[in-house]
Amino acid sequence: MKIPIGMEDGQNHPIAQKIQTAYPAFYIGATLFRGDLSIHIKKEGVLPIGTFLRDDPALDFDYPIHISSVDDMGAQSQNDSNDRFEMVYEFFSIRKKHQVRVKARVSEQDCAIDSVTSIWKGANYQEREVYDMMGIKFNNHPELKRILLPDEYTEGYPLRKNFPVEGRGWRDTFEFLDQE
Amino acid sequence: MGLTGQFEANFITTTVDNAVNWARKGSLWPLTFGLACCAIEMMAAVASRYDIDRFGAGIFRGSPRQSDLMIVAGTVCRRMAPVIRKVYDQMPEPKYVISMGSCATSGNIYNSYAVVQGVDRFVPVDIYVPGCPPTPEALLEGILRLQDQIMKKKVFVAA
Repeated sequence: MKIPIGMEDGQNHPIAQKIQTAYPAFYIGATLFRGDLSIHIKKEGVLPIGTFLRDDPALDFDYPIHISSVDDMGAQSQNDSNDRFEMVYEFFSIRKKHQVRVKARVSEQDCAIDSVTSIWKGANYQEREVYDMMGIKFNNHPELKRILLPDEYTEGYPLRKNFPVEGRGWRDTFEFLDQE
Repeated sequence: MGLTGQFEANFITTTVDNAVNWARKGSLWPLTFGLACCAIEMMAAVASRYDIDRFGAGIFRGSPRQSDLMIVAGTVCRRMAPVIRKVYDQMPEPKYVISMGSCATSGNIYNSYAVVQGVDRFVPVDIYVPGCPPTPEALLEGILRLQDQIMKKKVFVAA
């Protein structure tokens, strides 16, 4: 994979090496930025690699710190796969005290990825927020519905780059005033 | 007034309007409705240094049914809007609303899909207090201006 300017190749990092050896089919590459390791994988590999990250005694990533997503609309051509969205997972090991970032790209056409709630229960609400704000669906998520916006919200996904900042009229619609 | 000066020293003469309005302005019980950082300044206005109770507006109530004044202090998100309206509807008449700070007044910098661009879009506002956040003095000034407005009201007549 292309290493972005300002980052180093993380290929030789021991965690990256481990994942590459265990799952060569899903592994794309790794980058280092000021000591922070990011591992880029294919989205089909998020479940097996997640299980591996948690269960391997040398890795022992027991804590999903943060799960978020990025919309690369307009800059898709700069990444290898040309997919619009990128899922970003941050995992931490409380016992080993090390951290890793895992990235997987998701296309706009097939906007879904496997849920990691079966591996880390703490991923539940974080994935729901990603679904709420970015519209990425999570396969086999136990409760995939909006978390911040109301269930009946129909304007789309606010954090997408093509969403108007002012929304599409919801903030000025007060249906409760008409009921009186 | 024809009656002025005709009684002994412990009588005063006034109008019903004046007496009722005086009583109303002197016991403005606010509803606690802090939504954001403005609420911190509102709390400071209640505490000893500024002592909002000097103006009779110091008894904050947790229930709208015991309140006369709603101080909307902070950013009004769209999801909060039905709650604010419901609480306002539950307050007994006469009721007053102070929009405290830029966010409650106009949405401030939050030109966002989720932020209502001014609480006056769904409840009537009597006083707008500017500032981000307004100082406690500014809130006290707002309450004084509201008291001036109350003194001009006509009571016991159909509007």
